[in-house]
Amino acid sequence: MKFGVIIFPGTNCEHDVYHMIAKVLRQPVEFIWHQSHDLAGCDAIIVPGGFAYGDYLRTGAIARFSPVMEAVCGFAAKDGLVLGICNGFQILLEAGLLPGAMLRNKGLKYVCQHVYVRVESTNTPFTSRAQKGQVLCIPIGHMEGNYFVDRETLQRLENNQQVIFRYSTPEGQITEAANPNGSLASIAGICNHSRNVLGMMPHPERASEALLGSDEGLIIFESMVNALVHS
Amino acid sequence: MITEIEITPEILAQHNLTEEEYLRIVQVLGRQPNLTELGIFSVMWSEHCSYKSSKVHLKRLPTGGARVLQGPGENAGIIDIGDGYAIAFKIESHNHPSFIEPFQGAATGVGGILRDIFTMEARPIAAMNSLRFGPLENSQNRHLMQGVVAGIAGYGNCFGVPTVGGEVMFDECYSQNPLVNAFALGIFKKDRIFYGRARGVGNPVIYVGAKTGRDGIHGATMASAEFDTGSESKRPNVQVGDPFLEKLLLEACLEAMKTGAIVGIQDMGAAGLTCSTCEMGGRAGTGIEIDLQFVPQRESGMTPYEIMLSESQERMLLVAEKGREDEVFRIFGKWGIDAVTIGKVTADGLLRIKDRGVIVAEIPNVALTEEAPIYNRPVRKPEDRARSRPHTSSSGVKPKIAFGSLLRQFLSSANLASKEWVYRQYDHMVRTNTVQLPGADAAVIRIKGTDKALALSLDGNGRYCRYESRLGAQIAVAEACRNLVCVGARPLAATNCLNFGNPEKPETMWQFSQVIDGMADACRHFETPITGGNVSFYNETLGEGIYPTPVIGMVGLIQPVSQTRGSWFMEEGHLIVLLGKMVEEGEYHQSVSQTLAEFCNGRKGSGDFYTQWVNQLPCPPLSLELEARVQKTCLEGIRAELIVSAHDCSDGGLAVALAEMSFSHFRKPPFGAEIEFPDAFTVESLLFGEFQSRILVTLERKDLLCLQTLARENSVDCLQLGHVSGSHLSVKFGKSLIINEPVSALEDAWRGSISRYFQN
Repeated sequence: MKFGVIIFPGTNCEHDVYHMIAKVLRQPVEFIWHQSHDLAGCDAIIVPGGFAYGDYLRTGAIARFSPVMEAVCGFAAKDGLVLGICNGFQILLEAGLLPGAMLRNKGLKYVCQHVYVRVESTNTPFTSRAQKGQVLCIPIGHMEGNYFVDRETLQRLENNQQVIFRYSTPEGQITEAANPNGSLASIAGICNHSRNVLGMMPHPERASEALLGSDEGLIIFESMVNALVHS
Repeated sequence: MITEIEITPEILAQHNLTEEEYLRIVQVLGRQPNLTELGIFSVMWSEHCSYKSSKVHLKRLPTGGARVLQGPGENAGIIDIGDGYAIAFKIESHNHPSFIEPFQGAATGVGGILRDIFTMEARPIAAMNSLRFGPLENSQNRHLMQGVVAGIAGYGNCFGVPTVGGEVMFDECYSQNPLVNAFALGIFKKDRIFYGRARGVGNPVIYVGAKTGRDGIHGATMASAEFDTGSESKRPNVQVGDPFLEKLLLEACLEAMKTGAIVGIQDMGAAGLTCSTCEMGGRAGTGIEIDLQFVPQRESGMTPYEIMLSESQERMLLVAEKGREDEVFRIFGKWGIDAVTIGKVTADGLLRIKDRGVIVAEIPNVALTEEAPIYNRPVRKPEDRARSRPHTSSSGVKPKIAFGSLLRQFLSSANLASKEWVYRQYDHMVRTNTVQLPGADAAVIRIKGTDKALALSLDGNGRYCRYESRLGAQIAVAEACRNLVCVGARPLAATNCLNFGNPEKPETMWQFSQVIDGMADACRHFETPITGGNVSFYNETLGEGIYPTPVIGMVGLIQPVSQTRGSWFMEEGHLIVLLGKMVEEGEYHQSVSQTLAEFCNGRKGSGDFYTQWVNQLPCPPLSLELEARVQKTCLEGIRAELIVSAHDCSDGGLAVALAEMSFSHFRKPPFGAEIEFPDAFTVESLLFGEFQSRILVTLERKDLLCLQTLARENSVDCLQLGHVSGSHLSVKFGKSLIINEPVSALEDAWRGSISRYFQN
């Protein structure tokens, strides 16, 4: 089993994800440069956060054209596990692996803080170890996390239970006050139709050690390991 | 080679050079300079680059110590933190550009300090900033603050360095002179340190990074003069930052340094290509010859003068081993960054600039660096500016004060209120090392692969330094150390940013000299050498200067990291104990006791009541000996696992410190407290006096005796004030209940205050 962490010019959470997989999960992991045409035999791909290509033009808009994204799309089409975190989520949206788009946060400011997200579905390889309705404390750090999608697509996402995380209160209530960026239907993370691609704005790698305040994000990576072991 | 031009007094004035300085240039060269050379001299001899007014005083600061691997004079100071690791850190001002263009001014301030760190092969792992603005009631100040914070966030967040702490203060004197001081810290394996030295005659001089444009020409000279009403027109002098490019530059530089092909490297910051070439040559005792036709340029038709003085951002100059250029080019190519050989190291000690083979400037490197003018400017003690004390009531009967509502008012002062509105905009968690979230007494970041953590704090107090410059500077150092001790760290070393008015005014120079002495006293006492820093003079607009505002960036070590402490009440029933003296008799004490009631009574209008009041007060006293003993007691109490949490008790006094400890933090709920003060002192002084050398700690009841013993051994008072309880902060003075406020009401006043200014 091997994790691959993709680096675009401007990615800045690659070391954080690498550290978490290698030192906390104790699993094999390697970096994949964006110019690469293959995924070095990795079994799961993580597109980490940062500002790929400076987020110039639009978040993720340039990164999707990097050679490695063709390999990622091919990998996803064959049911490979792909997790996009923050800027990684934005890149997966631009690449068409997930539906929708990101708007600027309500309040028009970058927001860095711990938030609470409620697990909406455990029927994914990313949340299988969690309980439905479980609330996880995970930080966010972004300027464009205000998820938007047209009404029909939102209905489809809801019907297929593709909304995986919603911003909530610590008790699991979905309220406007608990939504830090104005995201539609308080969406914090969604998966694709075949449930092997997940995009989420919160940074689970920042919530993987109790020393840093929360280790509740770890369950996402543990679920991935579980899925890979049993595949 | 040299085209003769007439150097007129007007040209000299445009370059901020005096008649004497010009004569000195002629003497050094043995001839008249041309315009390009004059421009080069003007930036290198500017206050900003040469430290000509401050150098004689800075020598009095302690800079050495067992852990110091590099003191002042390089891009950043370096200290050894054990386990094979070293850290590089420094603070720098970007005050003038931030006033003219707040977003870009602040952003490029962050960019500049980050480059200073990674040129030493240290990967930046933490940033902080110290900001000062005029009162937020004024819309221009809000505009400046909004722009500065967004600029810092925009740059640091994209670059991927966590902005983990700092300070934000407000006072009328910063209205036309905002202060933006940026701090950065990086870590590296100490087996090899990179220096900004051009060693090895014949080695290629390589330019990497952004193309050179016309932006920022004369930025250093601008930062070396006062502003007037036309300062807006200096906007083109402010550079524009590109954090994305800087991030690529970081990765490429660190990768290139690993090859061993790089001999020396320096950031092109203030005075750009000029400064980096002559400083690298000056330090190594070599010469440098470059040809400007090879310099990557963003626009056509730039003159040698413009190319040499441009302050375009995200550029570096490096010297590589001859024959290994291709290794370097390959790495920069991978990251999509320009890297071009523009010249070579020579043996003649000269900075020789050619343009398409024709010499356009030729100056000895050392004439621009070590041999730049040094001034021992006149100093004069300012006349004792009588503090406009409030009238003391003639009746002698003190009006009654509602202390509960007064505390709520104080907590909503922008100077005391939560800075959440600011730090929420900074990514303070990237790199997954942030152990202590912003809002604590000091920032704490763990060091991966060890059981250590670094604690960082920034502290300044222009208010105290205004009246008592030497004492005020001692207090700034003492408080920076105390903040580190409260989170469980032992202070190791410091960096300073010295923000002052016009050095040509003898009163300013006197204050500067006093501040240096005070800082030297305290840094010696706490064994925290100053390993580098920055001086910013001319913080004056239309003749109105700022308070002398030295800012101290202190770095300390926590080991093991599990002994990190927060500054909050943690559990119902814990005891609340004060280490240090409750009140110090004397002028300050009397002033606090006498003025508060009158001030409350005679108060007119709205505005920031706390700030208005404390501005009337003298500087509180400080004993360095007592301070050290209190800090020692606190640190030993944490090491012995007696102390559960600790909070520095300074701005706003005991009442404000107790309130801050009661507030919620991250996942910790708010807690009330029951406090009983003995009625032996005046209540005003007890609640709000800003006496130094005091730390509030909490502990389990069973550990009280041990802590008292520890305190006695250190000759430190250790007084139980009360215990954590309920949902109200209630304070008894003798038998009477003088404060009984719901913590939630106090917290609302404190947490929402700054953001309320920015709601449309």
